[in-house]
Amino acid sequence: MEFSRRDTLALGLGAAVLTVLPLRVNAAAEDAIAAFTGGADVAEGGVNLTAPEIAENGNTVPVSVEAAGASAILLLATGNPTPGVATFNFGELAGSQAASTRIRLAGTQDVVAIAKLADGSFAKAAQTVKVTIGGCGG
Amino acid sequence: MISRRDFLQVSMAASAMLGASGFGNWGRLAAQQKLTQDQLLEFDTFGNVSLIHITDIHAQLKPIYFREPEINLGVGSARGQVPHITGADFRKMYGIADGSPSAYALTYDDFTSLARGYGRVGGLDRVSTVINSIRADRPDALLLDGGDTWHGSYTCYHTEGQDMVNVMNALKPDAMTFHWEFTLGGDRVREIVQDLPFAALGANIFDAEWDEPAEDFAPYKMFERGGVKIAVIGQAFPYMPIANPRWMFPEYSFGIRDERMQEVVDEVKAEGAELVVMLSHNGFDVDKKMASRVQGIDVILSGHTHDALPEPVLVGDTIIIASGSNGKFVSRVDLDVRDGRMMGFRHKLIPIFSDVIEPDAAVTKVIDEQRAPHLDKMTEVIGRTDDSSLLYRRGNFNGTWDDLICDALLSEREADIAMSPGVRWGPSILPGQDITREDIWNVTSMTYGQAYRTEMTGEFIKVILEDVADNLFNTDPYYQQGGDMVRIGGMGYQIDINKPQGERISNLTLLKNGESIDPAKSYVVAGWASVNEGTEGPQIWDVVESHIRKQGTVSVQPRDNVKVVGA
Repeated sequence: MEFSRRDTLALGLGAAVLTVLPLRVNAAAEDAIAAFTGGADVAEGGVNLTAPEIAENGNTVPVSVEAAGASAILLLATGNPTPGVATFNFGELAGSQAASTRIRLAGTQDVVAIAKLADGSFAKAAQTVKVTIGGCGG
Repeated sequence: MISRRDFLQVSMAASAMLGASGFGNWGRLAAQQKLTQDQLLEFDTFGNVSLIHITDIHAQLKPIYFREPEINLGVGSARGQVPHITGADFRKMYGIADGSPSAYALTYDDFTSLARGYGRVGGLDRVSTVINSIRADRPDALLLDGGDTWHGSYTCYHTEGQDMVNVMNALKPDAMTFHWEFTLGGDRVREIVQDLPFAALGANIFDAEWDEPAEDFAPYKMFERGGVKIAVIGQAFPYMPIANPRWMFPEYSFGIRDERMQEVVDEVKAEGAELVVMLSHNGFDVDKKMASRVQGIDVILSGHTHDALPEPVLVGDTIIIASGSNGKFVSRVDLDVRDGRMMGFRHKLIPIFSDVIEPDAAVTKVIDEQRAPHLDKMTEVIGRTDDSSLLYRRGNFNGTWDDLICDALLSEREADIAMSPGVRWGPSILPGQDITREDIWNVTSMTYGQAYRTEMTGEFIKVILEDVADNLFNTDPYYQQGGDMVRIGGMGYQIDINKPQGERISNLTLLKNGESIDPAKSYVVAGWASVNEGTEGPQIWDVVESHIRKQGTVSVQPRDNVKVVGA
């Protein structure tokens, strides 16, 4: 059988899928956290981070954060070449301290949210979002 | 986990919940001739509510053979827990005698000889008889379909699911949820759902653009049965756009969405629901985890991973029911709901022995009407199995059906390596049995069946194996997609299921020359069921048919190309 170029292209698995292994935390992520917290301790709990366990489309992953009483929430995609996603600032008149956005993930990695709470302390939540080739589902 | 077979008491919160499982002790019925429909259906009606659960029919209208898995490995906290117990261990756990009807229905060993003795299983006309019998006891029993109904056969493909819709309508379900249905395309699903005479549910079906609940599917439906307000909440397959082609239904998003499920449970309770049932296509391990995280679900009717369990599994106050696949089983769950809570249950997994259960003639007629226009094509004999070849698929790694499909890809598409998806559907073929066109479609039919041929580097082949292995063996069930391992032809490998992604797969070997796979070298790979839009190639069923026709009589023995470590 002749091996045609069209057949070769047919599968269409892009180069992006070569990044399916979990990405390591980019050093820039640690720097961003240090800059946000000023090196203060960061507690677990008090922050709700909602993200899919497995991304349906790594190019646009819906992520929501909420931290009651927070004055600011830092959102990071720790494995991206540029980890910073956003810092949401909430004024005193904010009805709730919640935000939603969509982010692009270069591959499987932890998404991290760090909130600056009303008392000046910091709290964090993290979730692994997997970016996968897909297929072969039951 | 409930481990006692007969009557048992489970203390629940402040009250005692009575639970019983009625799966038959038919081992003492020495011969098949002694097994009767009455015995299969025997059930002391209990409480005030009955649920009937059927799931993952995969368009099997007629009786078939279906061999349960030999290898079904659990990792992490699921290791050694049901449903990750097979064969003799499974029989021991549930007190099932070797060679008994239950052994045939639920375990893999000695399958050929038991199949010859006990005959085919399933057939929706037999299922109808079982449903009618339950409704005779409890006229207002709820019939709930867990999905994967409108996919998986010659007629289903050619009618875009209409055959299944027509037959299921004759059974009068009260609600269903979804998975493979969406591979008919978003438009076709909406077209069917608009006219569906029962509820189409999916609390986790969202509008992809707005990330809000999709308007086309209700999250739940309230029923009043036996004086009890019952909420049935749907949970569609969470990973549809990942495991199946997203481009076929780009307007929808899914996901597990724990927090959404909790919201809906709270909402139905606020509306006065006394019993909360989740009709789920999560897969068993995902349902177990969800039961531990979402509070207030009484019953989970679990689908997707095709497990058949003779007793419910208890997680906290939630009972989880698994009802098998391919029309092989129906579960009946009777519940005593009083004072706004579930006080006890009685459960029976009913195997549909097609030679024992009388078909419902009215439904047989509907089934045959769907098949009639296609019967000539479907019944054409393409080849046969030799006297020692049993064709089966189900299991974590290659089954003989997959090996035959991979052989077809290697030879018909002139490839070094073949890949076939690790789906869990597809009936078995006994040794010395004719293989018809319908049989080939039963293990290959889908709306994206094009058989591609491409070049992949050794490195990329390993990446694919690692990726799929993590979908199966990630220790967190929420990261599992519920399929089995991708099937490989022409190549051997070793897998350590307990390692993390990237370290599980080793010793990749090209079988035709025994050489190690070179990460830098390109290999010709043939496969099918790509989730990518625009995949080109002949349909897989044509590739397989051509191969079987050339063989005439096929001979496929179980192979040992995959070495499993850490099981």
